[in-house]
Parts: sequence; structure tokens; C-alpha cells
Amino acid sequence: MSNAAPTATAPHAHEPGHAPDGHSHDHHDHHAPQSFFQKYLFSTDHKMIAQQYMWTGVAMALIGGFLAYAFRMQLAFPDKWIPGYGYMSSLEYNTAVTNHGTIMIFWFAMPVLIAAFGNLLIPLMIGCDDMVFPRINRLSYQIFLLSAIILISSFFVKGGGFNGAWTAYPPLSANAEYNMAGTGSTLWVLAVALEFVAFLLGGINFITTAMSARAPGMRLWDMPLVVWMIVIASILFMASVGPLIAGAVMLLFDQNFGTFFFNPERGGDPVLWQHLFWFFGHPEVYVVLLPAMGMSGDIIAVFSRKKIFAYKTLLYTVFATGIISFFVWAHHQFIAGIDPRMANIFTVTTLIISVPIAEMCFLFIATLYGGSIRLTVPMLWALSFVAEFLLGGVTGIFLGASGADIYFHDTYFVIAHFHYTFVPIAVIGFFMGFTFWFPKMYGKMLNETLGKIHFWITILGFNMIFIPLFFTGMWGDHRRIYNYSHFPELHRVALQDLRIVATVGLLIMISAQAIFLFNVIKTFRAKQENPGPNPWHSNTLDWSAPSPPPHGNFAELPTVFRGPYEYSHPERESDFWPQNEPPPGSST
Amino acid sequence: MAFAKPIATLRSATGVPVGRLAMWWLLASEIVIFGGLLMSYIMHRIGHPEWAAEAAHTNTVAGAINTVVLLSSSLSAVLAHQAAQMGNGKRAARFLWITIGGAATFLVVKSFEWTHEIHEGFVLTRSGFWSFYYCAAGLHALHVIAGSIAMGFVAVDAAKGRELQRVEYAGIYWHFVDVVWIFLFPLLYIAK
Repeated sequence: MSNAAPTATAPHAHEPGHAPDGHSHDHHDHHAPQSFFQKYLFSTDHKMIAQQYMWTGVAMALIGGFLAYAFRMQLAFPDKWIPGYGYMSSLEYNTAVTNHGTIMIFWFAMPVLIAAFGNLLIPLMIGCDDMVFPRINRLSYQIFLLSAIILISSFFVKGGGFNGAWTAYPPLSANAEYNMAGTGSTLWVLAVALEFVAFLLGGINFITTAMSARAPGMRLWDMPLVVWMIVIASILFMASVGPLIAGAVMLLFDQNFGTFFFNPERGGDPVLWQHLFWFFGHPEVYVVLLPAMGMSGDIIAVFSRKKIFAYKTLLYTVFATGIISFFVWAHHQFIAGIDPRMANIFTVTTLIISVPIAEMCFLFIATLYGGSIRLTVPMLWALSFVAEFLLGGVTGIFLGASGADIYFHDTYFVIAHFHYTFVPIAVIGFFMGFTFWFPKMYGKMLNETLGKIHFWITILGFNMIFIPLFFTGMWGDHRRIYNYSHFPELHRVALQDLRIVATVGLLIMISAQAIFLFNVIKTFRAKQENPGPNPWHSNTLDWSAPSPPPHGNFAELPTVFRGPYEYSHPERESDFWPQNEPPPGSST
Repeated sequence: MAFAKPIATLRSATGVPVGRLAMWWLLASEIVIFGGLLMSYIMHRIGHPEWAAEAAHTNTVAGAINTVVLLSSSLSAVLAHQAAQMGNGKRAARFLWITIGGAATFLVVKSFEWTHEIHEGFVLTRSGFWSFYYCAAGLHALHVIAGSIAMGFVAVDAAKGRELQRVEYAGIYWHFVDVVWIFLFPLLYIAK
């Protein structure tokens, strides 16, 4: 709480009911030219911190994507030379798989979806000049950056990076004799724990900002969906991650100090780790899902020119999802020896959680119904998010049923299932938000045609990877095998062909990203007229600030008069009605 | 360089000052961390009746002394808050230093206690009970240290009459550290 720098404001500035006026404060005025480090590493401006999180996340995604490329090549063409990588040993394979999962979830999905978009959108959308705790915000990014550096450095220590899978089940993760990576494992646990600290700090900031710093006139029910969802995701994260932090401490002790929390030979319990991990791990799915859901809801409303269908009901389904998500974790442990009666209960709760999620999808479809739909690039991403995530959700029903899971457990069916949830969340979610808010962030428009080509090739590649993997999984492909030619019953031509198809799909998906990079770089370099603050004709407050928003965001802090989704109002000529536009007849 | 607070920090749509609000959320996240650790311990303890013999070696007297010290230090935290509310920063700072003194006493007693136990052979790896004992009490001790450092900063500011609202937030945190100890003491020392 108490950073060393003293503050310029009066000690009693926190008085409840302090009237927010936006006139009497002078802090917008001073910006002296800043050095590189001041601007990019020590900035307290929420937009800069959002950029830092976003580009760090994207850089980490490139590393995670490269790892996926390397091990998919190994699976399609076992023990052949991999261009850009070389030959892959079984240990390296395990390291690549482990860190691919870790990076994509903790260093790509989390920083981009929650931290980057949360930082960018929450202050802009609720109409204030920054987060309530800018210096905690800065600290959060710095800890995150440190955790990323520690994770990367773990690849280069003796014994190589951690290779006990991203779920880190002991005893494999706890004993260096088993995983053959001593320091690497410790660094991995340390990096993950630090990353959690960063997001706890960020989360407290998001929740407090949205609760406390809303523009005058904005009720909780006037907040755009994405703000709601990032706040609820932060609460879910905060409520679920604690046991895993405790578990991480215990695992560090097991690895380094010879304790045996998870060692059954001396009275420990390896399944305890699975409980601690999945008590966090399952809500974590919703932690990253909800921000993407919120963005897609906002984008669908803008490009259907319609009010979001059943805004409040949608939020109730989100609350329900959040609560139920704490009662489903043991569906990851159906074959870990839990009591079948307990498995029954968790089957039921798991199937129940698909109800609110399905309802969200239906509400989005109802929003589209009868709207004047514009298939812009962000809209394409938003629609594909709902469609592809649906596939992930539906295949989850198979795995949530304890009977079917006994067969499907640890096969490629599971891999395909959770990639149909996480790729839409992380990759599609990132492109959806990035293309939609790009004009806001940079004051320029991306090329639509290139964007559409990039979209279609990415979606094609993505489905080409994971549809075949459903089949190889159903035919028995175990997920942790680095060379199937060692297993005669799995080394069949039909199966190997499907594995090659999946790898080719990955190559297509990766090469499509060159189009995206080209589009972004071309747009940055081109001289282009600023499209103005509101190119999409959206209602929310972020679009009333100049593009890109200056320090302090708004020339005059806005006042809110209505909800965020007043599109195509029958009594108005224009088809949108910004939240901050005074009602007709009022003098202000 | 003076840091100017943004307008966002000064708003309060809930009627609760942002610092207090954030402190409650911080404590919410801490509760789950200790909750996860203590639930793991309780489940293990139920599954291992033989740990009672190990727990018999803990020093209940030292634990009791520390309980009294920590609870008393919360009193001065409350008095500091009262002084801050009346705008008396110097008095608030004095009470905060008394609280920090309590924290230091707690840590000194703890270090003698642990040194003794380690000499007797009750080390981290002796049995599951001692792993949990050092892990849980150690995590709590880290919170005591962190809380003392934070209170030191707040006290320095408060003595100059600045950021008096933070005295209350430091106090809230300190009560939480107390409450965790109220759970740890019976679970680790008294249950035999």
C-alpha cells in the first residue's frame, strides 16, 4: 500500500461521497518528455501498461507457437530433422509440450485478455482518467515481466526447462530423478507463482476501479459487458488461485527441501496437488473465457446495430457460471482414484455448467436476430469465437460424463476439446479485441481485405489441426507420447495421416500470421487520416475519447445518461446513442 | 518526484474509500491462500492420527505468549486508527511503532522457539506434521514481516501528517494477520 513516493493531494482526499468533478485537478497538464525506460517500463498510464501487457503476451505467444510447431513436426515426422529446430529428443519434447501449455495460458491468454484489455478498457469504458492505483498497476506489470524472464531463463539452465506437463502432477514434477530437470522445475514454479502475484495485484485494481471510479450517472447496470466480465473474471481468479499458491509453496519445498507433501511413500498425497491445481485450474478456464465472451458480446451488439438481448439475464448467467465453476474441478480426476459416488456428483455439476454457457450463446444469437449485421473483421472474429467455442463446449459434455471420460481421459480427444476452448478464447479473443480497438489505440484503421484473408486462413488452419485430433483421440492416441512408431497398435497409416494433416493445419495457421503482421506494420507505416474517435459508431464511453486517447483520456470527463447498448432507437435519426450524449432538451 | 493521484482514485461510487475497498479484496485473496493451506493440513491431520505425537513436541507456552503479544499489538493498531481519525498524525505514528514493536517481539519469540526445535531434531523433513508446521507458520511470519514494513512506511508518512487514511488500512491488514494466527495456534499447537 505504501509506496515511497509521497503524493501531492490532500490527505483526506478519500472522503466518501467526494464529488467527482474533473475540473479542479491539475494533473493532466504536466508531461515532460520522458526517457525510454520511464515511458515503457515505469509508466503508470493504464494505456501504456495495457500495451506492455499486450506486446509481452504476443511475444510470449510467438515462443509458445514455435514450441507447438516443433513438437507437432516431431509427431508428424518422428525423429526427422525439424527446420528451425533440429532433432528433438524425448526430454526436449516433454519440455516443449509443458512450456507450450504454460506459456499459452499464463503468459498469453491471461496477460492479453485480462491484463491488456482490462487495463485498456476499464478506465476508458467507465469514463475516468486512469486506474485507481496506477503505481500498483505498474508494479503488477513489472512482476509479470520478471516472471516471464524467469520462465524463459528456465530453458537454459542445466537439465533444461521443466518437463512435467503444465499441470505439474507430482511425483513427476516433485522429483528431479523423475523429470531430470532440477533447477528448471524450481524456476518454473517460481515463475508461475510470481505471475499469480502480478495478476492478483492487477485484479484488485480492476475490481476496485470498476466498483469505485465510474463516471457520474453510470450505475453498475450501465457498464458494458466486457467490463463486467473482466471484473467477474478477476474475482474468480482471486477466489480460486489461493490454494494453488499454497500448493506451489508446497511443491517448491518438495523439490528443494526434501519435504514430502505429495510423496505417498512418506505420508504425503499426490492427489492433493490435483485438487489444489484443479480447484484453480477449472475456474481459470472461465477467468480467461469471460473477457473474451464480454468482448464478443460488445462487438456483436455494435455490428448488429441492436441492443444486446437480455443484458441482465446475460450477466446472471455469468454469475451462475462463476459460482458453479467452483464445484466442477474433480472432473479432471475421474481416473485418479476418487470415489465413484463423488464422480457422479461432479459429473452432474459439470453438465450443469454448460447450461449458463449455452444460454450466453443463445443470447448472442438472439442479439443477431433481425439486426443489420455488418461483417467487418472484428465481427467475423466475434462470430467465429461463439461458433468455435461452442464446439469446445459440446465436446466437453463427453469428458464431463465420468463413464465416457474413463475412455477419453488423456487422449488427443481431450487435447482437441480444450484447444477448441482455449484457441477461441486466447487467439480469436486477441484478434477480436485487437482489430476492434485498434483504431482507438493507434488512431488508424487496419486494412479490411487483408484482415479478412487472415481471418479465413487462420480459422481454416485451426480447424484443420484439431478436427483430426478428435478422431485420433477416439482411436486411442495417448496425449503424452513423443514417437508413435514405438507403439505398433498406434503406428498405423490412417492415424499417422491424420497427425500429418493436423501438423499441416498448424503450418497454415502459423503462416497466416504473417499476413496479420504485414497488415499491422503496413498500417503503422502508412500515412493515414485519423478515422476520428468513433469509426464503428459505438455507444460506449471509450469511443468518445480521442484516438489515441491522450494522458488523462478525456478532454472533459464524461457523464453517463443511459445504458451502453442503445442502438437503432426508434425515435432517433442516427442508429446509435452514445452513453454520454445528454438527453434532448437538457441544457448541459 | 511527487506522484499526482488520478481522478479515478478520488472517486467513490460505492461510498467506501478505494484504499479500504482494495484492502478488503486483498484480504479476500489472502483468505483463500491460507484457506487452501490449512484445509490441506486439516485433511492430512485427520488422515494421520499419529501426527498427534509429533504435535506434542510443539512449545505451547511460546505459542501462547505470541498469541498474547500479537493480540495486544492489534490494540495499538486500533488506537493508531483512532488518533488518525482525529487528525493526530504524530500520535497515530507512535501507536503504529508500538504495533511494530509487538510484531518484532513475536518474531523474536518465534526465532528462539524454532531454533530450539531444530536443535531437538524437529526439522522440516522430520514428518508431514513438521512440514506443515514450518510451512504454515512460516507463511504467517512472512505476513508479519511484510505488515511491519508496510506499517513502517505508513508511520513515517503519518508522522508528517500525510496519508492518514492509510493508518486504518494498515490496521485492517494487521487484524487479518492476527486472525490467521488465531487459526494457526490451535491447529498447530493445541491440537494434540
